[in-house]
Amino acid sequence: MHDLKHLDAEAKKLMMELEGKTLKPRERAAIPPQEMPAQDAQKRIGNMNEVARGYTEAQVRLESMRCLQCKNAPCIKGCPVEIDIPRFIKHAEDGKFAESLAVIKESSLLPAICGRVCPQETQCQEFCTVGKMLKDVNKAVSIGRIERYVADVELHGGNPIMPEVASPTGKRVAIVGSGPAGITAAADIRKAGHEVTIFEAFHKPGGVMVYGIPEFRLPKAIVEYEINNLKQMGVEIKTNFLVGRTRKLRDLIDKDGYNAVFIGSGAGLPKFMHIEGENLIGVLSANEYLTRSNLMKAYNREHAHTPIFVSRVVGVLGGGNVAMDAARTAVRLGAEKVYVVYRRTEKEMPARVEEVAHAKEEGVEFLLLQSPKRILGNEKQQVRAMEVLSYKLGEPDDSGRRRPIAIEGSERELPVDTVIVSIGNDSNPLLEKTTEGLATNKWGNIIINDDCSTSIDRIYAGGDIVLGAATVILAMGQGRKAAASINALLASESGD
Amino acid sequence: MNRILAKRQLSDEVFLMKIEAPLIAQERQPGQFIILQLDTDFGERIPLTIADADPEEGSITIIFQTVGNTSHRLAAMETGDAIENLLGPLGHPTDIRKYGKVVCVGGGIGVAPLHPIAKAMKEAGNEVTIIIGARNRKLVIFEEEMGRIADKLIVCTDDGSYGRKALVTGPLKEVCETWNPDLAVAIGPPIMMKFCAETTRPFGVHTLVSLNTIMIDGTGMCGGCRVTVGGETKFVCVDGPEFDGHLVDFDNMMLRLGTYTREEEADHHACHLDLALEEDHGNA
Ligand SMILES: Cc1cc2nc3c(=O)[nH]c(=O)nc-3n(C[C@H](O)[C@H](O)[C@H](O)COP(=O)(O)OP(=O)(O)OC[C@H]3O[C@@H](n4cnc5c(N)ncnc54)[C@H](O)[C@@H]3O)c2cc1C
Ligand SMILES: Cc1cc2nc3c(=O)[nH]c(=O)nc-3n(C[C@H](O)[C@H](O)[C@H](O)COP(=O)(O)OP(=O)(O)OC[C@H]3O[C@@H](n4cnc5c(N)ncnc54)[C@H](O)[C@@H]3O)c2cc1C
Ligand code: SF4
Ligand code: SF4
Ligand code: FES
Repeated sequence: MHDLKHLDAEAKKLMMELEGKTLKPRERAAIPPQEMPAQDAQKRIGNMNEVARGYTEAQVRLESMRCLQCKNAPCIKGCPVEIDIPRFIKHAEDGKFAESLAVIKESSLLPAICGRVCPQETQCQEFCTVGKMLKDVNKAVSIGRIERYVADVELHGGNPIMPEVASPTGKRVAIVGSGPAGITAAADIRKAGHEVTIFEAFHKPGGVMVYGIPEFRLPKAIVEYEINNLKQMGVEIKTNFLVGRTRKLRDLIDKDGYNAVFIGSGAGLPKFMHIEGENLIGVLSANEYLTRSNLMKAYNREHAHTPIFVSRVVGVLGGGNVAMDAARTAVRLGAEKVYVVYRRTEKEMPARVEEVAHAKEEGVEFLLLQSPKRILGNEKQQVRAMEVLSYKLGEPDDSGRRRPIAIEGSERELPVDTVIVSIGNDSNPLLEKTTEGLATNKWGNIIINDDCSTSIDRIYAGGDIVLGAATVILAMGQGRKAAASINALLASESGD
Repeated sequence: MNRILAKRQLSDEVFLMKIEAPLIAQERQPGQFIILQLDTDFGERIPLTIADADPEEGSITIIFQTVGNTSHRLAAMETGDAIENLLGPLGHPTDIRKYGKVVCVGGGIGVAPLHPIAKAMKEAGNEVTIIIGARNRKLVIFEEEMGRIADKLIVCTDDGSYGRKALVTGPLKEVCETWNPDLAVAIGPPIMMKFCAETTRPFGVHTLVSLNTIMIDGTGMCGGCRVTVGGETKFVCVDGPEFDGHLVDFDNMMLRLGTYTREEEADHHACHLDLALEEDHGNA
């Protein structure tokens, strides 16, 4: 069904019929939504390669024809960085991919990444007129897939558009963290001619995009490509540097002479459920499991020195993207059976629809309206089972989602040998603890003003450390905003 | 670049290395550690305590035992070689102040991480008794350095080949009985720390232990290093590495240390094969 050759042939046939015709809106909406070609499920569970292979040229042009070029363009307000969606899609329809990408790059720095990982169905595509006409958000114009296609054209040998860097201002800015927020802020600040240094705790830059999101969803080569572009712009990247420990945050300004700092340190503190048995052997956070596999390349058992837990039956707790990534990684690492255990129903699951569908195709089994009460171990304190409790949905809570209510007496044992806890991340408290006067809220998120400034003069923040675990595009959007504020601050001070 | 400035073999399995790391040398405090990785693509990240530092020279000293793949490969490196990745200083520094009488107990390689703490305790005006223990004479390290710090030094070996024939818990009990220490610091293999804590418990002597769990990031991101302390989950890399020894669930911690034993053994085996092959080639 997702076979590339077949999908391409169908698209070409239809293209021949439609090319050159002036289409009415009804006719555009009648074009079948283009399926994403994907690796066959049976094959892909044996490798780490990207699952979604990307549209073919005929497909991307057909999908672009589905766009009605709405005057009011409701899709734009669904995009956190307000990409001019109809305009880039129009160029793609005409096969002018470089022009199309140029439109996207006016607003977004990382289209190849966002085109892959944005939760489009709750952002741009949620508001799409075509989706509304067809009464199904999954039949909206596939804005993200088109975005990915035009971005990939550049990656695959097109001419990269190098942003221009203004002449040196003599000012220096430090960036903490090299995730999407940090990368974006660095690029925008560098463009204004300031010197920029990124400090990254890990040995590789990229943030969650390299240590969390797996290769089969976001190839690491793409992140590396973006990092290389940054370096070519003259941004310096210092890895193995933990701000707060290697150097105190304030010292970057007071002792090292940086004129401003942007904090994009992410939300890296794994939540646990605080239930009995959580420290048994075989209970891991998704962060640990995914970091071992992605960043440390433990899936490559032949070359990597970092081991990874060998599992037969895995229970993944949670229903977000992180849970899907952990479950699908476990499948690829050879688990015989993988369950996703989630308290609510599929409708409430925060994971992207595409990831849930892919997980199912790969044999992951969803145990919905269930939650573990405790984890049971054997005499060697190794996990042997989870005791799960069934739930039903009650009244909506503050978040508007219906609250799950435990059904008393419904406990049962689910035999598993591994439990991967993927119930989300809080903010890492390290910077707060080592920096006097850095204001945070009760979840440990840094508090910012409208211009992304923090409680400390010259220090700005954005991304997950401010928003809590959010999305790549939101982190990017905040990186942009903070960069604009920092650039304005520095410009106002260069009055000599 | 983190160049190796000096290398010394202290015993069959124990090596000392001085490494160029100017920023870490400036910021580090007793009780803190680093994480190093030998190659960016496939290397493992391993934690090692900062045994000493020289801010002027911009260097730190590590002392490590060869146990598995990475420590063996590190031991095979020479002065002038560079370590690709070095992160630190990590962890919560030791709470150094004047307690009065402090007994410091180091077992095996644990003597290395104990050294900066003992030194700082002495400098803070404490009276310091140091007990160092090892399986046999060849494994005793840092005797001279510790001798310079200690008001009283007791050396013991399991087999009696040097010093007193005893486990460290023997002299520790006597010290508790006769000297009334205000604080005990015990660092060494988990089993030793567990029994040191059991030894001091009846005397009500507050006892710090430094835990050596498995780690990846060392920044609080993965939770792989977690232990149960007083019924609560703590992350050793950020909340520790030092904890109240009377509250640590050592049995769970020891079992968790074995989480990857099977896989590590396979890797260790492969690494010895590699090294053997390299030697063969070197000879050819
Ligand atoms: C498994 C997983 C799957 C996800 N899937 C999706 C998805 O499909 N779509 C989507 O939109 N979002 C997804 N997300 C969320 C998304 O990745 C994050 O919202 C986004 O990466 C946040 O970006 P950031 O720049 O704020 O921080 P991060 O990407 O977290 O980067 C922060 C960086 O800062 C470094 N750092 C932290 N503290 C310090 C310090 N003190 N000194 C120096 N460096 C420091 C960290 O090592 C890290 O590299 C996923 C997240 C996870 C964990
Ligand atoms: C905060 C901290 C400070 C430390 N300081 C020192 C030090 O100063 N000197 C020193 O020699 N060692 C120290 N260690 C222990 C050191 O990190 C391990 O010996 C090292 O990770 C082993 O790596 P490897 O690749 O050589 O062996 P591996 O192949 O990773 O492991 C070999 C065997 O050791 C076990 N193992 C793995 N990790 C650890 C660990 N962290 N502790 C104990 N056993 C382990 C494995 O289960 C396996 O059986 C410290 C550990 C921590 C957490
Ligand atoms: S960046 Fe994300 S939200 Fe914006 S248009 Fe692209 S896919 Fe949609
Ligand atoms: S709402 Fe949909 S159809 Fe309208 S312009 Fe946006 S993408 Fe095109
Ligand atoms: S080593 Fe990852 S949280 Fe401590």
